[in-house]
Amino acid sequence: MSFLILNATTQDAVKSAGVVPSEITSQRIYLKRRDLVAAMAAGLGGVGLASWASREAMAQTQAGSGKLAALKGQASKVSGAFVMEKVTPYSDASSYNNFYEFGTDKADPAKNAHTLQTSPWSVAIEGAVKKPMRVGLEDLLKWSAMEERIYRMRCVEGWSMVIPWVGYSLAELIKRVEPLASAKYVSFVSQADPKTMPFVGSAILDWPYVEGLRMDEAMHPLTLLTFGMYGEVLPNQSGAPLRLVVPWKYGFKSAKSIVKIVFSDKQPPTAWNKAAANEYGFYSNVNPNVDHPRWSQATERRLGEDGLFAKRRKTLMFNGYEEQVASLYAGMDLKRNF
Amino acid sequence: MPAVRMVLQRLLLHPWAKGWVVLLCASPGAYLVYGAFTESLGVNPAETLIRQTGDLTIRALCYVLMVTPLKDLFKMPALLRHRRTLGLAVLAYASLHLLSYAWLDMGLELEDIVADVFKRPFIFVGMAGFVFLAALGATSFNAAIKAMGPKRWKTLHQAVYVVVALAVLHFYWMRAGKHRFDDVIFYGGILALLLLYRMVQALRYRMSRLS
Repeated sequence: MSFLILNATTQDAVKSAGVVPSEITSQRIYLKRRDLVAAMAAGLGGVGLASWASREAMAQTQAGSGKLAALKGQASKVSGAFVMEKVTPYSDASSYNNFYEFGTDKADPAKNAHTLQTSPWSVAIEGAVKKPMRVGLEDLLKWSAMEERIYRMRCVEGWSMVIPWVGYSLAELIKRVEPLASAKYVSFVSQADPKTMPFVGSAILDWPYVEGLRMDEAMHPLTLLTFGMYGEVLPNQSGAPLRLVVPWKYGFKSAKSIVKIVFSDKQPPTAWNKAAANEYGFYSNVNPNVDHPRWSQATERRLGEDGLFAKRRKTLMFNGYEEQVASLYAGMDLKRNF
Repeated sequence: MPAVRMVLQRLLLHPWAKGWVVLLCASPGAYLVYGAFTESLGVNPAETLIRQTGDLTIRALCYVLMVTPLKDLFKMPALLRHRRTLGLAVLAYASLHLLSYAWLDMGLELEDIVADVFKRPFIFVGMAGFVFLAALGATSFNAAIKAMGPKRWKTLHQAVYVVVALAVLHFYWMRAGKHRFDDVIFYGGILALLLLYRMVQALRYRMSRLS
């Protein structure tokens, strides 16, 4: 139960950081809940209660930075939205990032991304839609109710995390802008401002960073338009102020700091696919049976949880979201369409 | 300058010099091992260990190949006394690199490792480099020189150039996945210069024999 004790101190820290008292569970209720969770974990509850208890226990370990603005979401009802696995500590999720606009080392974005200007921010919605528009972040935030979802995040490099995101299904946005029948694909263009993003212009990739999905993938309820994580707005290094999270695909498919969403009839050229088409397919679904030439995809290391000498864990088909998304790819050769 | 060279030359010949060189070579490795046990190697310690031991291997390779040119340039034959230590440091870091990969990435499953060697070209190239390096390490003591005869021994130890080529290719292929070539170019450039020096020297030697 050490995480609960740890959490009490985090709560004190959050309090002293000037969080509104109403946002914090009162100490009395908190202690009562703690006893309840402990009792359930001890095996007194039924199966359903036990899973409620584990969700509750996980909620206790999801402390964010304590410095960024709070962004809460209601628990999502979407199937697959809650992975019952230990959430990666915020300190790990916010200090180990691939965000090449801010440097190629995974520690670079946390160091360099403070220059990113996230306000004012707007997103241009273009292409094959009835209602092309430019929409401000403040409006986008209100387009649908915020939900919290706990997803696995699997990087193509063979490591993974478990992250509580806050946002709503991208489908909500798509419905609002009314795509035309010709819209078969959606692409997401990231911010590319060399003045605030020091590595934009480096020869590694073509800038801006572009990612894309097939329309049915984009409409899938698990595809999350994400504004926050760990109950707070996104830190810059994680793709503030809004990004995509597609939990059954390798992490690079989830574009960060999005400024443009384009609907088209053709498959868009995506950043990593352009850089090395034989290594990074358009689909890039997590698939333990299709190896990347440089990284085995059969196993992964869960960061912040598995010890240094722990055996790597088996990677799950579609990152464990097979039940929800396999039907999207029925009849497709996933070895060819990797 | 001559005074500085005298001092350096004497330091290099000092009975304790070998111990200091060993200590210097071992310290970054000791720091990594310490970090592994105190959990201070960052969010992904396995990746840190594998990458850092690889970096240290190629750095040690640069140092050992610098010995001859530096000896010529500064006329300091005493440097040669430490070449073997540096060479063994290359092997030691390559071994740590291989061990961290085999243990942390492959869970010491021999079958998986063999399959991986033949599946991923950059692993194959790295492993081939290690085999050559191990052969050089195994014949690094005086008795081996005597047993083989200095001529054959020298020919065998020219395989260090094969090791250089394989190491750079291994590094290049690893980084090609992410299009990051900055440090491949850095170390590759240094090693290329060091090889170029030897080619020029060999050419000069031949020319002098012709005339």
